[in-house]
Amino acid sequence: MTERTKTPKSKSVWIDGISSFSDRNFKYLMIAPAILILMLVGIFPLIYSLIVSFQNITMTDVDTSFAGALNYKQVFNDARLWQALMHTATITAVALPLELIFGFLLAQLFLDKIPGRQIFVALLVLPTVISPIVAGATWRLMFDVRFGPIAQILSAIAGAPVNIVWTVNPYFVYPAIIICEVWQWTPFMFLLLLAALSNVDQSQLEAAEIDGASYFRVLRQIVLPAIKPVVAVAVLIRGLDLFRIFDVVWALTEGGPGSRTETISLYTYVIGFVQFDVSYTAAVAFLVIALLTIVVTLVIRRMEVSR
Amino acid sequence: MSFRQSQSHNPFGLALRYVVIVTILLVFLFPIYWLFMISFKTPDEIYHAPPLWVPGQFQFSNYLVLFKDGDVIAIWNSLVVAGASSLLAVVFGTFCAYSLARFKTGGDNLAMWIISQRMIPPIAVVFPIFLIYVRFGMVDTHFGLILLYTAFNLPYVIWMMRGYIADIPLELEESALIDGCTRWQMLWKVVFPMARSGLMATAVFTFVFAWNDFIFALVLTRTNVITFPVQLSHYFGGQSNFWSRIAAMSVLGTAPIFVAVCLMQRYMVRGISLGAVKG
Repeated sequence: MTERTKTPKSKSVWIDGISSFSDRNFKYLMIAPAILILMLVGIFPLIYSLIVSFQNITMTDVDTSFAGALNYKQVFNDARLWQALMHTATITAVALPLELIFGFLLAQLFLDKIPGRQIFVALLVLPTVISPIVAGATWRLMFDVRFGPIAQILSAIAGAPVNIVWTVNPYFVYPAIIICEVWQWTPFMFLLLLAALSNVDQSQLEAAEIDGASYFRVLRQIVLPAIKPVVAVAVLIRGLDLFRIFDVVWALTEGGPGSRTETISLYTYVIGFVQFDVSYTAAVAFLVIALLTIVVTLVIRRMEVSR
Repeated sequence: MSFRQSQSHNPFGLALRYVVIVTILLVFLFPIYWLFMISFKTPDEIYHAPPLWVPGQFQFSNYLVLFKDGDVIAIWNSLVVAGASSLLAVVFGTFCAYSLARFKTGGDNLAMWIISQRMIPPIAVVFPIFLIYVRFGMVDTHFGLILLYTAFNLPYVIWMMRGYIADIPLELEESALIDGCTRWQMLWKVVFPMARSGLMATAVFTFVFAWNDFIFALVLTRTNVITFPVQLSHYFGGQSNFWSRIAAMSVLGTAPIFVAVCLMQRYMVRGISLGAVKG
Protein backbone atom coordinates (compact mmCIF):
# COMPACT_ATOMS: atom_id res chain seq x y z
CA MET A 1 0.00 0.00 0.00
CA THR A 2 2.78 2.44 0.79
CA GLU A 3 5.86 2.77 -1.33
CA ARG A 4 8.95 0.81 -0.45
CA THR A 5 10.74 2.34 2.49
CA LYS A 6 14.25 3.64 2.06
CA THR A 7 17.09 1.85 3.74
CA PRO A 8 20.20 3.60 4.99
CA LYS A 9 22.90 4.05 2.39
CA SER A 10 26.01 4.63 4.45
CA LYS A 11 25.92 1.61 6.74
CA SER A 12 28.88 2.81 8.79
CA VAL A 13 27.16 5.72 10.51
CA TRP A 14 23.85 3.99 10.73
CA ILE A 15 25.02 0.78 12.36
CA ASP A 16 28.44 1.57 13.84
CA GLY A 17 27.42 4.63 15.81
CA ILE A 18 26.39 2.35 18.64
CA SER A 19 27.30 3.48 22.11
CA SER A 20 24.79 2.56 24.78
CA PHE A 21 22.25 -0.13 25.51
CA SER A 22 19.36 2.08 24.48
CA ASP A 23 21.15 2.83 21.23
CA ARG A 24 21.86 -0.79 20.47
CA ASN A 25 18.33 -1.96 21.11
CA PHE A 26 16.85 1.22 19.73
CA LYS A 27 14.68 -0.39 17.10
CA TYR A 28 13.11 -2.82 19.54
CA LEU A 29 12.61 -0.27 22.28
CA MET A 30 10.80 1.84 19.72
CA ILE A 31 8.20 -0.75 18.80
CA ALA A 32 7.80 -2.27 22.27
CA PRO A 33 5.03 -0.08 23.73
CA ALA A 34 2.92 -0.12 20.58
CA ILE A 35 3.25 -3.85 20.08
CA LEU A 36 2.42 -4.51 23.74
CA ILE A 37 -0.80 -2.52 23.53
CA LEU A 38 -1.66 -4.11 20.20
CA MET A 39 -1.18 -7.60 21.57
CA LEU A 40 -3.38 -6.67 24.50
CA VAL A 41 -6.29 -6.15 22.15
CA GLY A 42 -5.13 -8.08 19.09
CA ILE A 43 -3.78 -11.38 20.38
CA PHE A 44 -5.19 -11.65 23.87
CA PRO A 45 -8.89 -11.43 22.89
CA LEU A 46 -8.24 -13.89 20.10
CA ILE A 47 -6.83 -16.46 22.52
CA TYR A 48 -9.43 -15.66 25.15
CA SER A 49 -12.29 -16.09 22.67
CA LEU A 50 -10.79 -19.35 21.54
CA ILE A 51 -10.71 -20.71 25.11
CA VAL A 52 -14.19 -19.49 26.01
CA SER A 53 -15.57 -20.79 22.73
CA PHE A 54 -14.72 -24.36 23.75
CA GLN A 55 -16.61 -24.00 27.01
CA ASN A 56 -20.35 -23.72 27.44
CA ILE A 57 -21.06 -20.48 29.24
CA THR A 58 -24.56 -19.03 28.83
CA MET A 59 -26.47 -16.37 30.70
CA THR A 60 -27.86 -18.84 33.23
CA ASP A 61 -25.10 -21.40 33.36
CA VAL A 62 -21.38 -20.82 33.95
CA ASP A 63 -20.17 -24.16 32.69
CA THR A 64 -16.43 -23.88 32.12
CA SER A 65 -15.89 -27.55 31.33
CA PHE A 66 -14.56 -28.48 27.91
CA ALA A 67 -17.45 -28.62 25.49
CA GLY A 68 -15.54 -29.57 22.37
CA ALA A 69 -16.62 -28.11 19.08
CA LEU A 70 -20.20 -27.67 20.29
CA ASN A 71 -20.29 -23.93 19.60
CA TYR A 72 -18.62 -24.27 16.23
CA LYS A 73 -21.20 -26.83 15.18
CA GLN A 74 -23.87 -24.39 16.24
CA VAL A 75 -22.37 -21.74 13.92
CA PHE A 76 -23.23 -23.88 10.93
CA ASN A 77 -26.76 -24.58 12.14
CA ASP A 78 -27.54 -20.99 13.13
CA ALA A 79 -29.93 -19.79 10.44
CA ARG A 80 -30.10 -16.29 11.93
CA LEU A 81 -26.32 -15.94 11.66
CA TRP A 82 -26.34 -16.86 7.99
CA GLN A 83 -29.22 -14.49 7.39
CA ALA A 84 -27.25 -11.73 9.09
CA LEU A 85 -24.36 -12.54 6.78
CA MET A 86 -26.71 -12.29 3.81
CA HIS A 87 -28.07 -8.94 5.01
CA THR A 88 -24.54 -7.61 5.37
CA ALA A 89 -23.61 -8.91 1.93
CA THR A 90 -26.74 -7.36 0.41
CA ILE A 91 -26.00 -3.92 1.82
CA THR A 92 -22.38 -4.18 0.69
CA ALA A 93 -23.26 -5.45 -2.78
CA VAL A 94 -25.62 -2.53 -3.43
CA ALA A 95 -23.96 0.32 -1.56
CA LEU A 96 -20.37 -0.25 -2.63
CA PRO A 97 -20.89 -0.11 -6.43
CA LEU A 98 -23.22 2.87 -6.03
CA GLU A 99 -20.63 4.75 -3.99
CA LEU A 100 -17.96 3.87 -6.51
CA ILE A 101 -19.98 4.98 -9.54
CA PHE A 102 -21.30 8.18 -7.97
CA GLY A 103 -17.87 8.95 -6.59
CA PHE A 104 -16.33 8.49 -10.03
CA LEU A 105 -18.88 10.71 -11.77
CA LEU A 106 -18.48 13.41 -9.14
CA ALA A 107 -14.71 13.22 -9.36
CA GLN A 108 -14.92 13.76 -13.10
CA LEU A 109 -17.20 16.74 -12.61
CA PHE A 110 -14.75 18.36 -10.19
CA LEU A 111 -11.64 17.48 -12.17
CA ASP A 112 -11.14 20.82 -13.91
CA LYS A 113 -9.55 23.53 -11.80
CA ILE A 114 -12.48 25.92 -11.91
CA PRO A 115 -12.68 28.87 -9.47
CA GLY A 116 -14.04 27.85 -6.07
CA ARG A 117 -13.17 24.20 -6.59
CA GLN A 118 -11.42 23.82 -3.25
CA ILE A 119 -14.39 25.12 -1.30
CA PHE A 120 -16.80 22.86 -3.19
CA VAL A 121 -14.63 19.83 -2.49
CA ALA A 122 -14.30 20.75 1.19
CA LEU A 123 -18.06 21.09 1.53
CA LEU A 124 -18.80 17.87 -0.33
CA VAL A 125 -16.56 15.91 2.00
CA LEU A 126 -18.43 16.90 5.17
CA PRO A 127 -20.83 13.89 5.29
CA THR A 128 -17.90 11.50 5.40
CA VAL A 129 -16.41 12.88 8.62
CA ILE A 130 -19.65 12.89 10.58
CA SER A 131 -20.03 10.20 13.21
CA PRO A 132 -22.02 7.34 11.61
CA ILE A 133 -24.43 7.34 14.54
CA VAL A 134 -25.13 11.03 13.85
CA ALA A 135 -25.59 10.25 10.16
CA GLY A 136 -28.09 7.54 11.07
CA ALA A 137 -29.91 9.86 13.47
CA THR A 138 -30.05 12.61 10.86
CA TRP A 139 -31.59 10.33 8.26
CA ARG A 140 -34.05 8.99 10.79
CA LEU A 141 -35.27 12.55 11.26
CA MET A 142 -35.23 13.08 7.49
CA PHE A 143 -37.27 9.94 6.82
CA ASP A 144 -39.93 10.62 9.44
CA VAL A 145 -43.28 10.22 7.77
CA ARG A 146 -44.97 13.23 9.37
CA PHE A 147 -42.25 15.68 10.33
CA GLY A 148 -39.47 14.81 7.89
CA PRO A 149 -38.73 16.49 4.57
CA ILE A 150 -38.40 13.30 2.49
CA ALA A 151 -42.09 12.48 2.71
CA GLN A 152 -42.91 16.12 2.03
CA ILE A 153 -40.73 16.27 -1.08
CA LEU A 154 -42.00 12.94 -2.40
CA SER A 155 -45.58 14.04 -1.84
CA ALA A 156 -44.93 17.26 -3.71
CA ILE A 157 -43.47 15.32 -6.65
CA ALA A 158 -46.21 12.68 -6.65
CA GLY A 159 -48.95 15.25 -6.21
CA ALA A 160 -50.55 13.06 -3.55
CA PRO A 161 -49.56 12.23 0.05
CA VAL A 162 -46.78 9.62 0.16
CA ASN A 163 -46.81 7.82 3.48
CA ILE A 164 -43.79 5.56 3.50
CA VAL A 165 -42.59 4.62 6.96
CA TRP A 166 -39.02 4.15 5.77
CA THR A 167 -37.53 2.74 8.94
CA VAL A 168 -40.29 0.16 9.56
CA ASN A 169 -41.76 -0.81 6.21
CA PRO A 170 -40.04 -4.09 5.19
CA TYR A 171 -39.72 -2.94 1.57
CA PHE A 172 -38.08 0.35 2.44
CA VAL A 173 -35.73 -0.45 5.32
CA TYR A 174 -32.94 -1.49 2.98
CA PRO A 175 -33.30 1.50 0.68
CA ALA A 176 -33.25 3.69 3.80
CA ILE A 177 -30.02 2.16 5.10
CA ILE A 178 -28.41 2.23 1.67
CA ILE A 179 -29.40 5.84 1.00
CA CYS A 180 -27.82 6.87 4.29
CA GLU A 181 -24.72 4.81 3.61
CA VAL A 182 -24.30 6.06 0.05
CA TRP A 183 -24.87 9.64 1.16
CA GLN A 184 -22.19 9.38 3.81
CA TRP A 185 -19.52 7.50 1.86
CA THR A 186 -19.84 8.63 -1.76
CA PRO A 187 -17.72 11.69 -0.83
CA PHE A 188 -15.04 9.29 0.44
CA MET A 189 -14.89 7.55 -2.94
CA PHE A 190 -15.10 10.92 -4.65
CA LEU A 191 -12.10 12.30 -2.81
CA LEU A 192 -9.87 9.30 -3.52
CA LEU A 193 -10.93 9.06 -7.16
CA LEU A 194 -10.44 12.80 -7.63
CA ALA A 195 -6.85 12.40 -6.46
CA ALA A 196 -6.39 9.40 -8.73
CA LEU A 197 -7.88 11.07 -11.80
CA SER A 198 -5.76 14.17 -11.25
CA ASN A 199 -2.67 12.00 -11.43
CA VAL A 200 -3.48 10.35 -14.76
CA ASP A 201 -0.78 11.16 -17.29
CA GLN A 202 -2.05 14.27 -19.10
CA SER A 203 0.11 13.80 -22.20
CA GLN A 204 -1.37 10.35 -22.83
CA LEU A 205 -4.86 11.79 -22.58
CA GLU A 206 -3.91 14.60 -24.92
CA ALA A 207 -2.52 12.17 -27.47
CA ALA A 208 -5.66 10.05 -27.27
CA GLU A 209 -7.76 13.15 -27.76
CA ILE A 210 -5.82 14.15 -30.87
CA ASP A 211 -6.25 10.64 -32.23
CA GLY A 212 -9.97 11.03 -31.71
CA ALA A 213 -10.38 8.18 -29.25
CA SER A 214 -13.88 7.83 -27.83
CA TYR A 215 -14.77 8.50 -24.19
CA PHE A 216 -15.11 4.84 -23.32
CA ARG A 217 -11.96 3.88 -25.14
CA VAL A 218 -9.96 6.45 -23.16
CA LEU A 219 -11.68 5.30 -20.00
CA ARG A 220 -10.87 1.65 -20.60
CA GLN A 221 -7.38 1.89 -22.00
CA ILE A 222 -5.83 4.84 -20.19
CA VAL A 223 -7.85 5.97 -17.21
CA LEU A 224 -8.89 2.69 -15.61
CA PRO A 225 -5.42 1.08 -15.66
CA ALA A 226 -4.00 4.27 -14.16
CA ILE A 227 -6.47 4.55 -11.30
CA LYS A 228 -6.74 0.81 -10.60
CA PRO A 229 -4.50 0.79 -7.49
CA VAL A 230 -6.50 3.60 -5.89
CA VAL A 231 -9.80 1.94 -6.73
CA ALA A 232 -8.50 -1.28 -5.15
CA VAL A 233 -7.59 0.51 -1.93
CA ALA A 234 -10.86 2.41 -1.81
CA VAL A 235 -12.91 -0.73 -2.40
CA LEU A 236 -10.93 -2.64 0.22
CA ILE A 237 -11.39 0.03 2.88
CA ARG A 238 -15.07 0.55 2.15
CA GLY A 239 -15.76 -3.16 1.72
CA LEU A 240 -14.37 -3.94 5.15
CA ASP A 241 -16.22 -0.96 6.65
CA LEU A 242 -19.46 -2.22 5.16
CA PHE A 243 -18.82 -5.72 6.44
CA ARG A 244 -18.87 -4.37 10.00
CA ILE A 245 -21.74 -1.91 9.50
CA PHE A 246 -23.44 -1.27 12.83
CA ASP A 247 -24.05 2.36 13.82
CA VAL A 248 -26.22 3.41 10.90
CA VAL A 249 -28.43 0.33 11.11
CA TRP A 250 -28.68 0.75 14.87
CA ALA A 251 -29.82 4.35 14.52
CA LEU A 252 -32.22 3.75 11.63
CA THR A 253 -33.88 0.37 12.24
CA GLU A 254 -32.18 -1.31 15.21
CA GLY A 255 -32.05 -4.39 13.00
CA GLY A 256 -35.81 -4.41 12.52
CA PRO A 257 -38.48 -4.97 11.59
CA GLY A 258 -37.98 -8.28 13.40
CA SER A 259 -34.45 -9.19 12.38
CA ARG A 260 -34.88 -8.18 8.77
CA THR A 261 -31.96 -5.75 8.69
CA GLU A 262 -29.81 -7.47 11.28
CA THR A 263 -26.18 -7.36 10.12
CA ILE A 264 -23.32 -9.51 11.33
CA SER A 265 -22.22 -6.89 13.85
CA LEU A 266 -25.74 -6.35 15.14
CA TYR A 267 -26.35 -10.07 15.50
CA THR A 268 -23.08 -10.52 17.37
CA TYR A 269 -24.12 -7.67 19.66
CA VAL A 270 -27.49 -9.33 20.31
CA ILE A 271 -26.14 -12.78 21.14
CA GLY A 272 -23.30 -11.31 23.20
CA PHE A 273 -24.88 -8.45 25.09
CA VAL A 274 -28.61 -9.12 25.02
CA GLN A 275 -28.85 -12.92 25.18
CA PHE A 276 -25.43 -13.12 26.85
CA ASP A 277 -24.68 -16.40 25.14
CA VAL A 278 -21.01 -16.06 26.08
CA SER A 279 -19.33 -19.11 24.65
CA TYR A 280 -21.25 -19.05 21.40
CA THR A 281 -20.49 -15.36 20.89
CA ALA A 282 -16.84 -16.09 21.57
CA ALA A 283 -16.89 -18.72 18.83
CA VAL A 284 -18.43 -16.27 16.35
CA ALA A 285 -15.98 -13.55 17.38
CA PHE A 286 -13.04 -15.89 17.01
CA LEU A 287 -14.10 -16.97 13.53
CA VAL A 288 -14.61 -13.39 12.42
CA ILE A 289 -11.27 -12.17 13.79
CA ALA A 290 -9.30 -15.09 12.39
CA LEU A 291 -10.99 -14.98 9.00
CA LEU A 292 -10.56 -11.23 8.54
CA THR A 293 -6.95 -11.19 9.70
CA ILE A 294 -6.10 -13.80 7.07
CA VAL A 295 -8.14 -12.21 4.28
CA VAL A 296 -6.84 -8.71 4.93
CA THR A 297 -3.23 -9.79 5.18
CA LEU A 298 -3.48 -11.72 1.91
CA VAL A 299 -5.29 -8.93 0.06
CA ILE A 300 -2.90 -6.21 1.20
CA ARG A 301 0.11 -8.34 0.36
CA ARG A 302 -1.24 -8.93 -3.15
CA MET A 303 -1.86 -5.23 -3.58
CA GLU A 304 1.65 -4.45 -2.41
CA VAL A 305 3.13 -7.01 -4.79
CA SER A 306 1.10 -5.84 -7.77
CA ARG A 307 2.54 -2.32 -7.55
CA MET B 1 -16.67 15.16 -21.20
CA SER B 2 -13.02 14.28 -21.09
CA PHE B 3 -10.58 13.21 -18.43
CA ARG B 4 -8.18 16.02 -19.23
CA GLN B 5 -7.80 18.83 -16.70
CA SER B 6 -8.45 21.82 -18.91
CA GLN B 7 -7.98 25.41 -17.78
CA SER B 8 -10.04 27.21 -20.43
CA HIS B 9 -13.80 27.00 -20.59
CA ASN B 10 -16.51 28.54 -22.65
CA PRO B 11 -18.73 30.65 -20.42
CA PHE B 12 -21.89 28.67 -21.12
CA GLY B 13 -20.30 25.32 -20.27
CA LEU B 14 -18.82 26.80 -17.11
CA ALA B 15 -22.16 28.20 -15.98
CA LEU B 16 -23.84 24.88 -16.61
CA ARG B 17 -21.18 23.11 -14.62
CA TYR B 18 -21.65 25.47 -11.68
CA VAL B 19 -25.38 24.80 -11.74
CA VAL B 20 -24.77 21.06 -11.62
CA ILE B 21 -22.16 21.36 -8.86
CA VAL B 22 -24.31 23.59 -6.69
CA THR B 23 -27.29 21.26 -7.11
CA ILE B 24 -25.20 18.28 -6.04
CA LEU B 25 -23.84 20.20 -3.06
CA LEU B 26 -27.36 21.13 -2.02
CA VAL B 27 -28.41 17.48 -2.11
CA PHE B 28 -25.42 16.33 -0.08
CA LEU B 29 -25.53 19.14 2.46
CA PHE B 30 -29.29 19.22 2.93
CA PRO B 31 -29.40 16.52 5.67
CA ILE B 32 -26.73 18.41 7.62
CA TYR B 33 -28.66 21.64 7.16
CA TRP B 34 -31.81 19.88 8.34
CA LEU B 35 -30.10 18.59 11.47
CA PHE B 36 -28.76 22.03 12.36
CA MET B 37 -32.13 23.66 11.73
CA ILE B 38 -33.98 21.21 13.99
CA SER B 39 -31.57 22.06 16.77
CA PHE B 40 -32.72 25.69 16.58
CA LYS B 41 -36.45 24.98 16.33
CA THR B 42 -38.99 25.12 19.13
CA PRO B 43 -40.92 21.88 19.88
CA ASP B 44 -43.93 23.28 18.04
CA GLU B 45 -41.82 23.87 14.97
CA ILE B 46 -40.15 20.45 15.15
CA TYR B 47 -43.48 18.62 15.37
CA HIS B 48 -45.16 20.64 12.67
CA ALA B 49 -46.74 18.95 9.68
CA PRO B 50 -45.83 19.73 6.96
CA PRO B 51 -42.25 20.32 8.19
CA LEU B 52 -40.88 23.86 8.26
CA TRP B 53 -37.67 24.34 6.32
CA VAL B 54 -36.58 27.42 8.25
CA PRO B 55 -37.17 27.96 11.96
CA GLY B 56 -39.17 31.08 12.90
CA GLN B 57 -36.28 32.38 14.95
CA PHE B 58 -32.96 31.03 16.04
CA GLN B 59 -33.25 30.07 19.67
CA PHE B 60 -30.86 28.01 21.73
CA SER B 61 -33.13 26.45 24.33
CA ASN B 62 -32.44 22.96 22.94
CA TYR B 63 -28.78 23.44 23.77
CA LEU B 64 -29.48 25.08 27.12
CA VAL B 65 -31.53 22.05 28.17
CA LEU B 66 -28.54 19.80 27.48
CA PHE B 67 -26.39 22.00 29.70
CA LYS B 68 -29.02 22.27 32.42
CA ASP B 69 -29.66 18.52 32.59
CA GLY B 70 -25.95 17.75 32.55
CA ASP B 71 -26.13 15.80 29.28
CA VAL B 72 -23.16 17.74 27.91
CA ILE B 73 -20.94 15.75 30.25
CA ALA B 74 -21.03 13.25 27.36
CA ILE B 75 -19.22 15.74 25.15
CA TRP B 76 -16.63 16.26 27.88
CA ASN B 77 -16.16 12.49 28.23
CA SER B 78 -15.68 12.18 24.48
CA LEU B 79 -13.14 14.98 24.60
CA VAL B 80 -11.14 13.37 27.41
CA VAL B 81 -11.23 9.86 26.00
CA ALA B 82 -10.57 10.82 22.37
CA GLY B 83 -7.92 13.37 23.35
CA ALA B 84 -5.96 11.13 25.70
CA SER B 85 -6.13 8.10 23.44
CA SER B 86 -5.03 9.94 20.31
CA LEU B 87 -2.12 11.47 22.19
CA LEU B 88 -0.97 8.04 23.37
CA ALA B 89 -1.56 6.43 19.99
CA VAL B 90 0.40 9.13 18.18
CA VAL B 91 3.38 8.96 20.55
CA PHE B 92 3.71 5.18 20.68
CA GLY B 93 2.65 4.76 17.07
CA THR B 94 5.23 7.20 15.75
CA PHE B 95 8.04 5.45 17.62
CA CYS B 96 6.94 2.15 16.21
CA ALA B 97 6.52 3.60 12.73
CA TYR B 98 10.06 4.97 12.83
CA SER B 99 11.47 1.57 13.66
CA LEU B 100 9.40 -0.03 10.91
CA ALA B 101 10.33 2.59 8.33
CA ARG B 102 14.05 2.82 8.97
CA PHE B 103 15.05 -0.58 10.32
CA LYS B 104 12.30 -2.67 8.74
CA THR B 105 11.80 -4.23 12.15
CA GLY B 106 9.77 -7.41 11.83
CA GLY B 107 9.81 -7.13 8.04
CA ASP B 108 6.66 -6.90 5.97
CA ASN B 109 4.86 -9.49 8.07
CA LEU B 110 4.73 -7.30 11.16
CA ALA B 111 3.47 -4.34 9.15
CA MET B 112 0.77 -6.48 7.52
CA TRP B 113 -0.34 -7.89 10.83
CA ILE B 114 -0.53 -4.41 12.32
CA ILE B 115 -2.72 -3.01 9.55
CA SER B 116 -4.93 -6.10 9.55
CA GLN B 117 -5.75 -5.35 13.19
CA ARG B 118 -7.34 -2.14 12.01
CA MET B 119 -9.73 -3.94 9.66
CA ILE B 120 -11.32 -6.34 12.15
CA PRO B 121 -14.94 -5.59 13.07
CA PRO B 122 -14.96 -3.85 16.46
CA ILE B 123 -17.81 -6.02 17.73
CA ALA B 124 -15.68 -9.17 17.44
CA VAL B 125 -12.84 -7.58 19.40
CA VAL B 126 -14.96 -5.84 21.98
CA PHE B 127 -16.74 -8.95 23.19
CA PRO B 128 -13.70 -10.73 24.67
CA ILE B 129 -12.39 -7.33 25.82
CA PHE B 130 -15.65 -6.80 27.65
CA LEU B 131 -15.33 -10.14 29.46
CA ILE B 132 -11.80 -9.23 30.51
CA TYR B 133 -12.79 -5.71 31.57
CA VAL B 134 -15.62 -7.08 33.71
CA ARG B 135 -13.14 -9.29 35.52
CA PHE B 136 -10.74 -6.40 36.20
CA GLY B 137 -13.40 -3.81 36.97
CA MET B 138 -12.47 -1.69 33.95
CA VAL B 139 -15.95 -1.36 32.47
CA ASP B 140 -17.22 2.22 32.57
CA THR B 141 -13.83 3.73 33.38
CA HIS B 142 -11.98 6.40 31.41
CA PHE B 143 -8.85 4.27 31.52
CA GLY B 144 -10.54 1.27 29.96
CA LEU B 145 -11.92 3.23 27.06
CA ILE B 146 -8.69 5.18 26.52
CA LEU B 147 -6.69 1.95 26.41
CA LEU B 148 -9.01 0.42 23.85
CA TYR B 149 -9.08 3.49 21.62
CA THR B 150 -5.31 3.75 21.81
CA ALA B 151 -5.01 0.16 20.66
CA PHE B 152 -7.62 0.64 17.97
CA ASN B 153 -5.86 3.71 16.60
CA LEU B 154 -2.29 2.45 16.83
CA PRO B 155 -2.37 0.52 13.54
CA TYR B 156 -3.61 3.65 11.79
CA VAL B 157 -0.91 5.86 13.28
CA ILE B 158 1.83 3.32 12.58
CA TRP B 159 0.72 2.82 8.99
CA MET B 160 0.39 6.57 8.31
CA MET B 161 3.57 7.66 10.05
CA ARG B 162 5.57 4.92 8.36
CA GLY B 163 4.71 6.65 5.10
CA TYR B 164 5.41 10.17 6.36
CA ILE B 165 8.76 9.15 7.87
CA ALA B 166 9.77 7.36 4.67
CA ASP B 167 9.26 10.72 2.91
CA ILE B 168 11.96 12.38 5.02
CA PRO B 169 15.41 12.31 3.38
CA LEU B 170 17.62 9.91 5.29
CA GLU B 171 20.69 12.15 4.88
CA LEU B 172 19.36 14.47 7.59
CA GLU B 173 19.33 11.72 10.17
CA GLU B 174 22.73 10.49 9.09
CA SER B 175 24.30 13.90 9.47
CA ALA B 176 22.69 14.29 12.89
CA LEU B 177 24.34 11.04 13.93
CA ILE B 178 27.69 12.12 12.49
CA ASP B 179 27.41 15.36 14.42
CA GLY B 180 27.23 13.32 17.60
CA CYS B 181 23.51 13.16 18.35
CA THR B 182 22.25 10.05 20.08
CA ARG B 183 19.41 8.35 18.27
CA TRP B 184 16.88 9.79 20.72
CA GLN B 185 18.21 13.29 20.14
CA MET B 186 18.08 12.68 16.41
CA LEU B 187 14.40 11.72 16.72
CA TRP B 188 13.62 14.78 18.75
CA LYS B 189 15.63 17.29 16.74
CA VAL B 190 15.30 15.98 13.18
CA VAL B 191 12.57 13.41 12.64
CA PHE B 192 9.72 14.91 14.67
CA PRO B 193 10.17 18.46 13.31
CA MET B 194 10.41 17.14 9.76
CA ALA B 195 7.28 14.99 10.13
CA ARG B 196 5.39 17.64 12.06
CA SER B 197 2.60 18.35 9.60
CA GLY B 198 1.99 14.66 8.92
CA LEU B 199 2.03 14.07 12.66
CA MET B 200 -0.55 16.78 13.24
CA ALA B 201 -2.82 15.46 10.51
CA THR B 202 -2.57 11.93 11.82
CA ALA B 203 -3.34 13.11 15.34
CA VAL B 204 -6.47 14.88 14.14
CA PHE B 205 -7.70 11.83 12.25
CA THR B 206 -7.03 9.62 15.25
CA PHE B 207 -9.02 12.00 17.38
CA VAL B 208 -11.90 11.95 14.91
CA PHE B 209 -12.00 8.14 14.80
CA ALA B 210 -12.15 7.88 18.59
CA TRP B 211 -14.62 10.76 18.79
CA ASN B 212 -16.96 9.16 16.25
CA ASP B 213 -16.87 5.66 17.68
CA PHE B 214 -20.15 4.26 18.91
CA ILE B 215 -19.79 0.51 19.36
CA PHE B 216 -16.85 0.36 21.82
CA ALA B 217 -18.40 3.04 24.00
CA LEU B 218 -21.82 1.41 23.82
CA VAL B 219 -20.46 -1.85 25.17
CA LEU B 220 -17.89 -0.57 27.65
CA THR B 221 -19.70 2.33 29.32
CA ARG B 222 -22.67 2.41 31.66
CA THR B 223 -23.17 5.77 33.39
CA ASN B 224 -19.83 7.40 34.26
CA VAL B 225 -18.01 7.57 30.94
CA ILE B 226 -20.86 7.82 28.44
CA THR B 227 -19.57 9.44 25.27
CA PHE B 228 -21.69 11.59 23.02
CA PRO B 229 -22.67 8.89 20.47
CA VAL B 230 -23.94 6.68 23.30
CA GLN B 231 -25.79 9.59 24.88
CA LEU B 232 -27.33 10.22 21.48
CA SER B 233 -28.52 6.63 21.20
CA HIS B 234 -30.25 6.99 24.58
CA TYR B 235 -32.58 9.59 23.08
CA PHE B 236 -34.04 7.03 20.72
CA GLY B 237 -36.86 5.37 22.58
CA GLY B 238 -39.70 3.80 20.65
CA GLN B 239 -41.99 6.53 19.38
CA SER B 240 -41.04 9.23 21.86
CA ASN B 241 -37.82 10.42 20.33
CA PHE B 242 -36.44 13.58 21.84
CA TRP B 243 -35.82 15.22 18.51
CA SER B 244 -34.64 18.49 19.95
CA ARG B 245 -32.03 16.70 22.05
CA ILE B 246 -30.98 14.40 19.23
CA ALA B 247 -30.39 17.40 16.98
CA ALA B 248 -28.66 19.59 19.54
CA MET B 249 -26.40 16.79 20.78
CA SER B 250 -25.57 15.81 17.19
CA VAL B 251 -24.59 19.37 16.34
CA LEU B 252 -22.40 19.62 19.45
CA GLY B 253 -20.74 16.36 18.44
CA THR B 254 -20.32 17.34 14.81
CA ALA B 255 -19.19 20.97 14.88
CA PRO B 256 -15.72 20.26 16.32
CA ILE B 257 -15.16 17.62 13.65
CA PHE B 258 -16.03 20.05 10.88
CA VAL B 259 -13.55 22.58 12.25
CA ALA B 260 -10.81 19.96 12.57
CA VAL B 261 -11.36 18.67 9.06
CA CYS B 262 -11.37 22.13 7.51
CA LEU B 263 -7.94 22.70 9.05
CA MET B 264 -6.75 19.34 7.71
CA GLN B 265 -8.08 19.72 4.15
CA ARG B 266 -4.66 19.21 2.59
CA TYR B 267 -4.20 15.87 4.31
CA MET B 268 -7.70 14.49 3.79
CA VAL B 269 -6.96 12.20 0.87
CA ARG B 270 -3.87 10.69 2.42
CA GLY B 271 -5.56 10.46 5.81
CA ILE B 272 -8.71 8.60 4.79
CA SER B 273 -6.98 6.27 2.34
CA LEU B 274 -4.64 4.94 5.06
CA GLY B 275 -1.76 6.65 3.28
CA ALA B 276 -2.26 4.70 0.07
CA VAL B 277 -3.12 7.78 -1.98
CA LYS B 278 -0.84 10.78 -1.63
CA GLY B 279 -3.37 13.23 -3.08
